Amino acid sequence: MKHNLRRWLAQWDAGELDFTAKTASPELPQPRAETEWSKEPVRRLERRQAAAFNRIYPVLAAILCTVMIGFLFFTVSELPAFGSSDSPAHNEVTKRYVEQGMAETGAVNTVSGVILDYRAFDTLGESHVLFTATTAVLILLLTAQEEAEPKQQREIMQRDPILRQTAKIVVPLAMLFGIYVIFNGHLGPGGGFAGGSVIGGALILYVVSFGFERLEKLLNLKTFRIIVLCALCFYSLSKCYSFFCGANGLETIFSAGTPGRIFSAGLILPLNIAVGIVVACTMYGFYSLFRRGRI
Amino acid sequence: MELMDIFELSLLLLLVICGISTCVSKNLMVSLIIFMAYSVIMSIIWALLQAPDLAITEAAVGAGISGVLMFLSLKKIRDIRRKEAEHET
Repeated sequence: MKHNLRRWLAQWDAGELDFTAKTASPELPQPRAETEWSKEPVRRLERRQAAAFNRIYPVLAAILCTVMIGFLFFTVSELPAFGSSDSPAHNEVTKRYVEQGMAETGAVNTVSGVILDYRAFDTLGESHVLFTATTAVLILLLTAQEEAEPKQQREIMQRDPILRQTAKIVVPLAMLFGIYVIFNGHLGPGGGFAGGSVIGGALILYVVSFGFERLEKLLNLKTFRIIVLCALCFYSLSKCYSFFCGANGLETIFSAGTPGRIFSAGLILPLNIAVGIVVACTMYGFYSLFRRGRI
Repeated sequence: MELMDIFELSLLLLLVICGISTCVSKNLMVSLIIFMAYSVIMSIIWALLQAPDLAITEAAVGAGISGVLMFLSLKKIRDIRRKEAEHET
């Protein structure tokens, strides 16, 4: 039977099988038997391929990693030395930023001046990209029902005395430090993103140790959406205004002011505050959505 | 100056050790903790390279928030695995 089957299949494969003569034959293979027979060598082949793949894969991975590391080391060794004055990054743009930055933007911290004034167009585009990405992720992943957290576990965590006492001391300090970093963004190191993430971390620590109930009244999904939208609109409108004025050579109402004062540097301080609020809310919001299984 | 060089070199060495052991360690929890330590060392190095902006951001995001989010996802994965195990038995 089996030999017959194999011969037939070989004939069929070569195109020599006469269908009209054989269909009437009682020895025609049942379809079930045919599939089982034809699957067998395929499975054997797959097994052999998998074994070969398992043997070759680590070798190829090691070779690829070595080559990539070699390329990276080669590139790094070709880079100009750290802080050398003749590196290509030190061209007239950097010179202008360093020499004129404080007078033109009013920001003592040149990084803030570059991000939110000279290169504000890039930053505006980036924040819109980020907003679109978060919105798309929320649309895709947000589910309506809330996953009930095991109550016992939550109570154990919230009764933990070490966590609570530490949080009582650390949370206000971290909040204050975050606010300081945001408000000091144009005067010293820091800015909206750094300060916002410090505040977001403090909010997460608070929620971990004291539970969602109290913060929930102040900051839920609805207020989160409103805050993000308002901050982005404020950012876009104020920057559109300053782009319009700058392109047409008009005086803006936001003057650079005296460098070093807290109310100076034009739009940089309000923009830092807006960015900080959005970042803090986003960090906390993603944590809480994730924690409750809504994402 | 001599002492500072030794400090910097030991920080860089620790960075390499942390980076390798993050990849090598079998336990995901352990590799996460090592990853957070990596971020802390990196933020000290940023401060030494006179980039305090980056140091603050690295300490807040790298050592704080990304670590917390990854711990959360680890917890989710464990919950899912436990549910699957219960389902099978």
